[in-house]
Amino acid sequence: MAKESILAVSKAISEKFGEAVTGTAEHAGDHIVIVDKSTVHDILKFLKEEHHFIYLSDIVAADRFTEDDRFEVIYNLMSLRDQHRIFIKTRLPEENPELPTACDIWKAANWNEREAFDMFGIQFIGHPDPRRIFLPEDFKYHPLRKEFPLLGVPGSLDLPNTNPDAE
Amino acid sequence: MGSDNTMAGEGFLTTKLDALVNWGRSNAVWPMPMGLACCAIEMMAFAGPKYDAARFGSEVMRFSPRQSDVMIVAGWCSYKMSHAIRRVWDQMPDPKWCIAMGACASTGGMHRCYGVVQGVDNFLPVDVYISGCPPRPESLLNALIQIQEKIRNEHTLKLDA
Repeated sequence: MAKESILAVSKAISEKFGEAVTGTAEHAGDHIVIVDKSTVHDILKFLKEEHHFIYLSDIVAADRFTEDDRFEVIYNLMSLRDQHRIFIKTRLPEENPELPTACDIWKAANWNEREAFDMFGIQFIGHPDPRRIFLPEDFKYHPLRKEFPLLGVPGSLDLPNTNPDAE
Repeated sequence: MGSDNTMAGEGFLTTKLDALVNWGRSNAVWPMPMGLACCAIEMMAFAGPKYDAARFGSEVMRFSPRQSDVMIVAGWCSYKMSHAIRRVWDQMPDPKWCIAMGACASTGGMHRCYGVVQGVDNFLPVDVYISGCPPRPESLLNALIQIQEKIRNEHTLKLDA
């Protein structure tokens, strides 16, 4: 089978999901498609099943610190057959940011989504194991949010007891 | 310490107990390598043949805290790791000393963020701080010599004023 060009993929998304695609961009040779959060799961499934994006390279989140659509989740997909990459971006509101999980499409999404939850507090609905991945379970903050202080909140992470004999 | 010339050949010498004990301790300071980051590579060079910590009696890196005298904290320390380090430190027998090696162990260094302890002296009694990122092995040797100097100046009994 002949290689499919990344432009054809981009076009196929626009044709199939039309209104859900709110923008496309090209940066440093990478193709970026910005889509609505309600259809992101369908689009990811479509890309895997119809366009052979079997490899989920990464899921990252970003805090844009804007009034509307404050958070952004970026899916970095790769097709090993056609040797190209596509970035799917979707934007979420500040209040109650949530997305359907991609774990049912790629198992690799599990830890990436846990990281996005840990750092930004984005909930992934239907995630099989929605715990924090790096920070302690009783930690109350999401450190990569812009309002989080550089040196953390004093006392939020424990230092060891320096007087063990007093225990 | 000095041998009594009139007794030469009879095989005894007079000294103070402190001097004898400190001489022994200061020339066998066994390090507990707490290698956390790139400073640990310089710490390995310090123990290796080129810089040769064996000249100062510190060539035996003890991976058991119960056999070591000085902890070399080499690298940045996260809050999570701090508990493990303190646990190892508490298992080391007294008397014990601590070297904070490099900018990160001394102050947090370039890791100025919420997850990294801004200097291991927040939970360890550090005796010698070493600057550098990472420090040269000579700096670590210098720190070791300063620890030895500190040990030699310790006294079990202190005179009043």
